Amino acid sequence: MSYENTDNLMTLEGQGLECIRDDRVLFSGLDFVIEAGQTLLLEGRNGSGKTSLLRILCGIRLPEDGAVTWCGEDIFSLGPVYHEHIAYVGHRDGLKLDLTPMENLAMARGLGCPNPDASPEDALQRVDLVGFEDIPTHNLSAGQQRRLALARLLVTRAQLWILDEPFTSLDVHGIELAEELFHEHLFLGGMLAMTSHHAVKLDSARVQRINLSA
Amino acid sequence: MNSASSSTAFLLLLRRDLVLAFRRRAELMNPLLFFVLVTALFPLGIGTSPELLKAVGQGVIWVAALLASLLSLESVFRSDFEDGSLEQFLLSAHPVTILVLAKVLAHWLVTGLPLLIIVPLLGVLLDLPGDSIKVLMLTLALGTPVLSLIGAIGVALTVGLRRGGMILSLLVLPLYVPVLIFAANAVETAAAGLPITAHLSMLGGLLVLALSLSPLATAAALRVSLS
Repeated sequence: MSYENTDNLMTLEGQGLECIRDDRVLFSGLDFVIEAGQTLLLEGRNGSGKTSLLRILCGIRLPEDGAVTWCGEDIFSLGPVYHEHIAYVGHRDGLKLDLTPMENLAMARGLGCPNPDASPEDALQRVDLVGFEDIPTHNLSAGQQRRLALARLLVTRAQLWILDEPFTSLDVHGIELAEELFHEHLFLGGMLAMTSHHAVKLDSARVQRINLSA
Repeated sequence: MNSASSSTAFLLLLRRDLVLAFRRRAELMNPLLFFVLVTALFPLGIGTSPELLKAVGQGVIWVAALLASLLSLESVFRSDFEDGSLEQFLLSAHPVTILVLAKVLAHWLVTGLPLLIIVPLLGVLLDLPGDSIKVLMLTLALGTPVLSLIGAIGVALTVGLRRGGMILSLLVLPLYVPVLIFAANAVETAAAGLPITAHLSMLGGLLVLALSLSPLATAAALRVSLS
């Protein structure tokens, strides 16, 4: 699957973003643009506003000042139209522990714009969870649950993946799997916006780093 | 996103919530048990004379149903908030109002409907005449969905708070009062042998109003709670 055919000129742009939390200015006057195939990598100390910025990019949180635009339009006026293009994996996995991995992925698929090229089975195979289709998710280990959360990215046609510490609780093998998914996604013209304390192996020419502690 | 896939999302979410409720059946029993216990304890507290029970029985059942519905309210969004599913709903490609409606419907089916089904039994327990039980069920059928819909707004507003339980009751109970007044009045009027069409129309009107406005308010409240 390639994202090129949907729209060649997809861009995510932040203009003069400001975030205030508990009377502390976390960041202000923040500008960036990312295009197809590029990554926005947020760095900074704990509490420097990385998660807040990601939530602003999702449209869950409003910036105190500035705007985020998708293809030139404000994401708040786009609403669900913008949400068709994004997939978010936050601190919390967003999985129902009483459901099976298959049921969780079916729900994620239904909430977004289903990806015709990746069924829930395919997605489970990509994150190496074959054989766990029908056991309750609470029986999976923390790392396996994280991999399942990442599998959610594959079942919709989202072009922009917004990831908050995607490598949390993943082992070496899991991190490799995740990096493979990210590479393929970028290769197909997707975009990434992520935070990570782990050094991410990505083509540095196509990565924009923003250090929020600086 | 077209409306066909939005209705698919509605059905998918409805089914998911029913499956989840079924897998946690024990929790479902709480409000129902509360309802039955309160109603069963009343005769012990106020005396067992048939005239007295006939006079207060319907009111007791309605108030117990209202409190049982309040008791189960938090579960509409609480667990989805805690595991991050709620964020995913807000980031869905479908209107949040539709997802809210699916969640409230599922919640009513697992908490409101059982109350309705057990009412005839409790009516017999309190020695209510058959006609009164019928009217009681009719008003509950129209009234309890309104309670769920109004309650959802309150839960959506308080779900982000650590201890939202007390505020939730204070927020929601005043809005429950009109439903209780019209329902109790209908039951009383019917017992006097007068027509109750006006009361039922009023309850129906409240239901339509709640059905059309509550999802909008709930969706907005969820956005506030999560931002």
